[in-house]
Amino acid sequence: MLRVELLRLAFQSGRQTLVAVDGVSFDIAAGETFALLGESGCGKSVTAQGIMRLLPAVGRILGGRVCFDGEDLLALSEAEMRTWRGGRIAMIFQEPATSLNPVLTVGQQIGEVLWRHLGLRGAEATGRMVDLLRQVGIADPERRLNEYPFQFSGGMKQRVMIAIALAGEPELLIADEPTTALDVTVQAQILDLLARLQAERGMSILLITHDLGVVARMAHRVGVMYAGELVEVAGREAFFGQPRHPYTQALFEALPDISRRGRGLATIPGQVPSLGRMPSGCRFSDRCRHVMARCREQSPDWRKLDGHAVRCHWQGEAAEAGEWRHPLTEMEGAAGRSFLEVDDLKVHFPIRKGFLQRTVGHVRAVDGVSLAIAPGRTLALVGESGCGKTTVGKALLQLIPPSGGAVRLGSNELVGLKGQRLRAVRRHMQMIFQDPFASLNPRLRVGDIIAEGMEALGVSGGGASRRAAIAALLAQVGLPDEAMERYPHEFSGGQRQRIAIARALAVQPELLICDEPTSALDVSVQAQILNLLKKLQAELGVAYLFITHNFAVVEYLAHDVAVMYLGRIVEQGRAEEVLRQPHHPYTKALLSAVPAPRLEALAGVIRLAGETPSPANPPAGCHFHPRCPRASDLCRSQYPATVALSATHRVTCYHPE
Amino acid sequence: MMGFEIVILWSDLLIWLLVAAGVALGVLIARNPPLLAAWRRVGANRIGMASATVLLAFVLVGLLDSLHYRVALEGKPGQKVQYAVEVLSVLDALATPLRTRNEKTYSEPFATRLYAKETIDVPGQGSVREYPRLKHGGQHLGEREGEVAADAGFTAFRAVALAFVVWMALAGLAARVAGDGNTDGWRRIWRGDTAFAWNAVLIACGLILLIAVPLFSLSGQYHVFGTDKVGQDVFYQVLKSVRTGLIIGLVTTLVMLPLAVLLGIVAGYFRGWADDVIQYVYTVLNSIPGVLLIAAAVLMMQVVIDTHPQWFSTAAERADLRLLALCFILGITSWTGLCRLLRGETLKLRELEYIQAAQAFGVSNGRIILRHILPNLMHIVIIALVMDFSGLVLAEAVLSYVGIGVDPSMTSFGTMINNARMELGREPVVWWSLAAAFSAMFILVLAANLFADAVRDAFDPRAA
Repeated sequence: MLRVELLRLAFQSGRQTLVAVDGVSFDIAAGETFALLGESGCGKSVTAQGIMRLLPAVGRILGGRVCFDGEDLLALSEAEMRTWRGGRIAMIFQEPATSLNPVLTVGQQIGEVLWRHLGLRGAEATGRMVDLLRQVGIADPERRLNEYPFQFSGGMKQRVMIAIALAGEPELLIADEPTTALDVTVQAQILDLLARLQAERGMSILLITHDLGVVARMAHRVGVMYAGELVEVAGREAFFGQPRHPYTQALFEALPDISRRGRGLATIPGQVPSLGRMPSGCRFSDRCRHVMARCREQSPDWRKLDGHAVRCHWQGEAAEAGEWRHPLTEMEGAAGRSFLEVDDLKVHFPIRKGFLQRTVGHVRAVDGVSLAIAPGRTLALVGESGCGKTTVGKALLQLIPPSGGAVRLGSNELVGLKGQRLRAVRRHMQMIFQDPFASLNPRLRVGDIIAEGMEALGVSGGGASRRAAIAALLAQVGLPDEAMERYPHEFSGGQRQRIAIARALAVQPELLICDEPTSALDVSVQAQILNLLKKLQAELGVAYLFITHNFAVVEYLAHDVAVMYLGRIVEQGRAEEVLRQPHHPYTKALLSAVPAPRLEALAGVIRLAGETPSPANPPAGCHFHPRCPRASDLCRSQYPATVALSATHRVTCYHPE
Repeated sequence: MMGFEIVILWSDLLIWLLVAAGVALGVLIARNPPLLAAWRRVGANRIGMASATVLLAFVLVGLLDSLHYRVALEGKPGQKVQYAVEVLSVLDALATPLRTRNEKTYSEPFATRLYAKETIDVPGQGSVREYPRLKHGGQHLGEREGEVAADAGFTAFRAVALAFVVWMALAGLAARVAGDGNTDGWRRIWRGDTAFAWNAVLIACGLILLIAVPLFSLSGQYHVFGTDKVGQDVFYQVLKSVRTGLIIGLVTTLVMLPLAVLLGIVAGYFRGWADDVIQYVYTVLNSIPGVLLIAAAVLMMQVVIDTHPQWFSTAAERADLRLLALCFILGITSWTGLCRLLRGETLKLRELEYIQAAQAFGVSNGRIILRHILPNLMHIVIIALVMDFSGLVLAEAVLSYVGIGVDPSMTSFGTMINNARMELGREPVVWWSLAAAFSAMFILVLAANLFADAVRDAFDPRAA
């Protein structure tokens, strides 16, 4: 139905024309989901914008054809194109929070599309809107039509966005990373919804994503993009059964997984080449494991093998495992005496209202968390966004003053420490932040950034010895000496995260609090950082508190796991226990909601209804009961006590399975 | 050569301190690559560089007018040297003909006669009412008063030729700098291939020379912009007004900047009661009508000056103090906008992860503010500085017009406009004073605004 032929898109930068998408061709049949997969900066979104002709002001269409039902979209006038956008082709975006207009009600925003494309108004339109909201699974649609976007949660906003896209009765839906900003349980809901709507309406979907799990869940056919080119196109079975392009293979191998515990992940060296400096031959040649002399000279042509098309000179079969993986020794020592103990930690933020700013209530971000971390081990703190896991990390470091409870480091009680004594204990714990672009001061040199902690805490002398120490740290995280003199903006995301790790290590802490350190990074870079963290743990014996929502990373890295829900830990234990035999219904649901990048059927998936409630007003009794499939009257009235299932495994539930 | 005594007015001191600070800032910027890169982007902006050239010409005039001295009076030898009451500047010395050749009252640009009829005793004809000849304007023509156009045109033509020669010399110099040893520097400038916008600078220089050189050479023989009520040359007044405008623009920002930066950062970083107090202060200050506040302060200060004549040895010193006081008052009332902006930005910055990383290392608050927050606010400060400048020059004009601006003895765009306003109602209208002040101020403010735009574009983190 949609046929893209040799589409070439570029950005104008001064007098330079930077080609972002170079000769991409693919077809999408009616009722089919075509997934466009690739790392950031590969041109996936630009391709989608090119199809909709929504390129930014500096974007140029250099050539190619985009045919929809035989009509060439690139030849249409802008006025004609407007009847197509939102009509026969609709689009949903990554960030539901910014894709709705905050000052218009949901009804007005859907109504706009209905009027523009179907000419509906008044009662007729209202009826249709109610219908649409009901279709996307929003309860009580009559009332919610008159509400504003801020009254909806993130997942609900994405549902509204889908309803708006559906209003014009499109034949093709372009979904640009539709679930990347959402939690796993909500992601599962939205993916289900998309699949159901597609089945009902026979709609085609162009799904843009970087997540192999989402691809496995949704796609009929898959196209892999690399550096502005499509490099592999295959049906779902063929793709997951036997990926042929070295890049695709490397992507699969870079995924953290339980089966890869104890081994290093395969990484792709280097990074996606920038638009201005594309290699002349095959664009992947610089990072390819199977590179040949021919690859550097000549860009490969399409090679077709029974419905599986690849652009590669290399004709070998699937990857021969092992050789490029450097095995790592697992620090599987018994859990020794813990050196950090957290007991009943509470962080409550006051809600102030009125003229005199009186406290009218509290947001219970963290409400009685108890943890223990042993030297050289990794404790993963898992939970959906808003459950308070980052607040726990910051409260441990005393960046946010806890409202109650105790944090003991060795024999020191940290809560309430001030001034010099607090500074002294800060040496023992450091933090690595989520966003490597926000965690380094853009106006300081890398050397100064790393030296900051040393100066503040008086580690190692000045001058030459400090320079040597910084150089040693940079070497430890795999960066050259000369990085010291450069500024953060000259580094890629993965390199910046290495700098952040070096900064934290500079004061020789025993505990690193890693707050989603890889969630802003691409899969191949994530593998590099995870390998580095494992290596550092093996060499230095540093313990990690790993805050994350990514279960694959947890499976790969963690020794112990604690699952948080609404400010409290609901289940904790050794990784094998929690991940293999989860007992809390929430843990079970979380685990089953994670889309696996495999072909296996998705049987027995537990779907959670609704979303995490607000911690300002948690449900009475067990916090989880409104979403729990096993909730009983007891659950609704009283918070359950913690039950020990084994020496290490504890669960907080009345009905552990 | 007569003896002279150097007089350092307070405003001179501040202006030269500012120049020194500007040079120091330049050195600092050269050492800081991200800032240097941002200024390189300013340097590549054609409009920005052209307006910077124009601004620089104004600054040059202002600086020449900021070197003051008093001439020694001729006395008997052996007596203690007495100095003249009048304080002059280097600009006054350069423009001596303009300053001294005063007419009786209004005369039009390039006129040879006054703008008002007078009764003159002509020998043999009794008293006649006619427009008397000017004492200075067009004197060299003698009886050939009708040849003003031809004479002025010829002088202007010679001046243009001279301007062209000077410009060629400048262009050759620029070509050498831009060519960097190669011979194709000129071609690269012409095509705009240079990293620095040399072609824009050269075009602006050319335009300035094309206007300034003929003006100066003509002003020796004519009153090019006419004369005002007391017969003073308007061109001279325009030149003198430049310094007043620059001081108001620069010194006021100097007063306002520390207040705005310090209070803004303290409010945003520490939150809590400090934030409440600072917000309260600027909200209150903002809700008092600005002109009212300034008028009250200026009038109070005028009383103080009038009751202490022993403080000042010359009238220039008195006028200078009033100017500085005006700057101070303007500064006190105009810091709120920037403070609000900086508070908001600090609120955002303090939540950023690198600030939290520094806090996790136990870095002290003062150090965090100096190392992490202040450098990341600098782009806003620079943008606000350049944009406020033009606003303040205009504010001075308005205040002087209302009568609460600079000392009446000091020339400024505001006083020029104020004096000219009386004559707008007269027939035929006296338009030149107003027009001259208007165009000079327009060019100055436009150049400052365009330059501010260029700076803002270059420092905008979203564009970089």
